[in-house]
Amino acid sequence: MRIAFLHTRIRVEERLLLDELERRGVEIELLHADEAALDITADAPPRPVDALFDRCLSNTKACAIVRAFTSWGVPCVNPPEALENCADKGRTTALLRRAGVPSPRTILAFSPESALDAADDLGYPVVLKPAVGSWGRLVARLRDRDALEAVLEHKATLGGVQHGVIYLQEHVDKPGRDIRAFVVGGRTLCAVARYSEHWITNTARGGRTENVPLTPELDDLCARAARAVDPSDSGDSGGTSSGGGAAALAIDILEHPERGPLVNEVNATMEFRNSIAPTGVDIPAMLVEHVLARAEAGAGAQGAAA
Amino acid sequence: MPETNAPAVATTAAACPECNAEVAFDRAPRRHEIARCRACAAELEVTSTDPLSLELAPEVEEDWGE
Repeated sequence: MRIAFLHTRIRVEERLLLDELERRGVEIELLHADEAALDITADAPPRPVDALFDRCLSNTKACAIVRAFTSWGVPCVNPPEALENCADKGRTTALLRRAGVPSPRTILAFSPESALDAADDLGYPVVLKPAVGSWGRLVARLRDRDALEAVLEHKATLGGVQHGVIYLQEHVDKPGRDIRAFVVGGRTLCAVARYSEHWITNTARGGRTENVPLTPELDDLCARAARAVDPSDSGDSGGTSSGGGAAALAIDILEHPERGPLVNEVNATMEFRNSIAPTGVDIPAMLVEHVLARAEAGAGAQGAAA
Repeated sequence: MPETNAPAVATTAAACPECNAEVAFDRAPRRHEIARCRACAAELEVTSTDPLSLELAPEVEEDWGE
């Protein structure tokens, strides 16, 4: 078995995943995004691989590389559709709504003027996020129109074209925590609560984590959110890590005091270092198992086609 | 983030490009591995493993994340 490991940086997560791949005797083709040059007019990847495991930090580069490998028939985790659906928060929110998955009320606006009108409609405080981005960067909770006006002016002056799409969300008065659940192959593995003194409860910003028991309701919500962004997920995980979709996703949930759990975001390149100990779940091992299962399923499909 | 400037168990070390302190790893690092210098807190990236070479890690880009 030979797996292409697409990466940008080798962080704790990547070290754990590479260790697990090596422990299982998998041949690893390290593929650094900045060093890749792919002849996309060729009929095959530069070197034959059974699957591509995407751990690239740049979403733009990951989407392009995963698209290329998918065109060569290489199973990718995550598949390009799931990657792209999670990359753009506006797209994710629309897909969640279409699937009937509850999420915070969100308005896309396309000029500072329309954003100000939208915020009046949503009510303050309002949350402003970049449509593309992660780790809580450039996420702002704005308490009044003056503050929003100032940030919108900064975006219009300093931001790139992507900042022309203004993603405004209702502020959810969550109980000092949010929930992150890990869904692999359509199956919810585990969940943690992330606590922080800061209103952004992201462990990348220093939050602490605690295990959250998987209730049937939480499991169902996470599975539906995963299906919403992963078109390969038919909803039948069959108790295996490979039968219910190709994606491995982290689902972020806010607990609304009246409306209950709302899916806030879905992440396609999950970070998990702080979630292994509290949950007792070997997340890297489960991810590697899923990638290998996808590789085997891909080989089976190619064998059948031959 | 892996242990850096680690004590006796260190097997591999190189100078921090920011402060010149020794940055040691408790196991053989991989290329593109990220470490932090305990002396100056600089975030570093392994750019070569033989010989071991460290550079300041690149700035986070706008589309980086999960």
